Amino acid sequence: MTIRTEPMTVNVGPQHPSTHGVFRVRITFDGEDIVEVEPVFGYLHRGSEKLAEERNYVQVVTLTDRLDYTSSMINNQAYCLAVEKLLGVEPPPRAKYLRTLTAELQRIASHLIAVGFFVQELGAFGTPLMYSFRSRERILDLFEMLCGARVTVSYMRPGGVFADAPRDFWPALDRFLEDFEEELGEIERLLLENEILMVRTRGVSPISADVAINCSVSGPVLRASGINWDWRKQEPYDAYDQVQFDVPIGSNGDNYDRFWVRMQEVHQSLRIVRQCIAQIEPGPVRLDLPLVLRPEAGRESYGRVEASKGELAFYLVSDGGISPYRCKIRSPSLINLTIIDHLLVGWKLADMIVSLGSIDINMGEVDR
Amino acid sequence: MALREVSGQELAEALNSALPGTVQGFDANVVSVQPSRVNAVAEFLRDDPSQDFQFLNSISAVDYVEYFDLVYHLTSLRQLSTAVFKARIYGREELSVPSVYGIWRGADFQEREIWDLMGIYFNGHPNMKRIMLWEGFEGHPLRKDFL
Repeated sequence: MTIRTEPMTVNVGPQHPSTHGVFRVRITFDGEDIVEVEPVFGYLHRGSEKLAEERNYVQVVTLTDRLDYTSSMINNQAYCLAVEKLLGVEPPPRAKYLRTLTAELQRIASHLIAVGFFVQELGAFGTPLMYSFRSRERILDLFEMLCGARVTVSYMRPGGVFADAPRDFWPALDRFLEDFEEELGEIERLLLENEILMVRTRGVSPISADVAINCSVSGPVLRASGINWDWRKQEPYDAYDQVQFDVPIGSNGDNYDRFWVRMQEVHQSLRIVRQCIAQIEPGPVRLDLPLVLRPEAGRESYGRVEASKGELAFYLVSDGGISPYRCKIRSPSLINLTIIDHLLVGWKLADMIVSLGSIDINMGEVDR
Repeated sequence: MALREVSGQELAEALNSALPGTVQGFDANVVSVQPSRVNAVAEFLRDDPSQDFQFLNSISAVDYVEYFDLVYHLTSLRQLSTAVFKARIYGREELSVPSVYGIWRGADFQEREIWDLMGIYFNGHPNMKRIMLWEGFEGHPLRKDFL
């Protein structure tokens, strides 16, 4: 006998503890099944694009920190690349290596958060999250040595980085890499083959390659659906053409694959960090650019990077003035959310938060 | 393995032979098309095997006061190429262009954001509402005349 139920609309967020910031979604349920999803944005909208039009090119770097605040370094990098394209300059080699190195450390930190929260949302309350935060703290300490800030770093500048790494940064980085190898092993032993995690995530909310492409999805979510696409490979920027790394690809595009791809990417990031340490040469770290930049009027540039969440790009237009005429931010988190109905509709209430966690959104970047 | 940037001229030639009258001009790496034909252009660029741009990177709107530019950045994952096309819309009031939602679903939130912050309406978008600001907000804050 089938029981007829009445559809019921439930409001999740914006203060729900597990929605990765102030994200709200209106979900209509039929019993336990999700039948309709409507995301509601804007609770963290600060108008970053408008603010950028009021600041000079160097000051905008501080705004980029506050987009995806779990990967500030990569945001800095995307913006600086866009400004450099606009000016037609290239940073010195040492700066390129420092940027690549810090961006990869940041990717590790960001993926650790993604994985930690993902597992926490499955019900493994606390422990895995603390394991990943333990390692993330060490990375933030390293950033503090570089620029005095842990989260809102503003370490990069158009034309290079703010300052060279202090002498005691390198031994501290070596110590971190040595310890992290073991810490990562612990996290992986705990999670990768974990039976509960597998049962809960394998085959849940698969996203096909066609849907992912049509929805403009990028980053680990796209790669989990089996597409070999990484901007670091396709359009190498900074020192990525000098280092070797693989692009982990999932096969089913389900929640487990999205988690798995992130875990594998941490290994690749470590490989890149090691190569950067081996290859980096002494030299200047910043071009001698004027403090107030005035790119030629009418020029425009599209600077993009493979951020921890996906393709992050800045589309800048110059009118010859001291601030960008237009600074459009192509944020991976917002656009990855396009798949939210493919991800949730037809699945159960219990998988909802886990599936949301598997796309790893950051509201600072969704709302900007 | 760098990507190939398809030049504006190449795009203009392809569009001229397939959809005569849509191209309004081109420069080094951008082709400008008629705003009312944006969806036709998009469909051609996605489906034509020699173009094959299945991936929409972003849609940006720029307010130049006399006109607005809509900038579409595209990527072909199979042909390893990128392309940019623009649509120029004159005027300030009641602006609208056809939506590309049906062609690239990734346009969904981006078109809503442009409507919300720039005030360009996309016809044919199934859920054309404000996205960042609340319904009832007056004005479109990313416009140059909004203070």
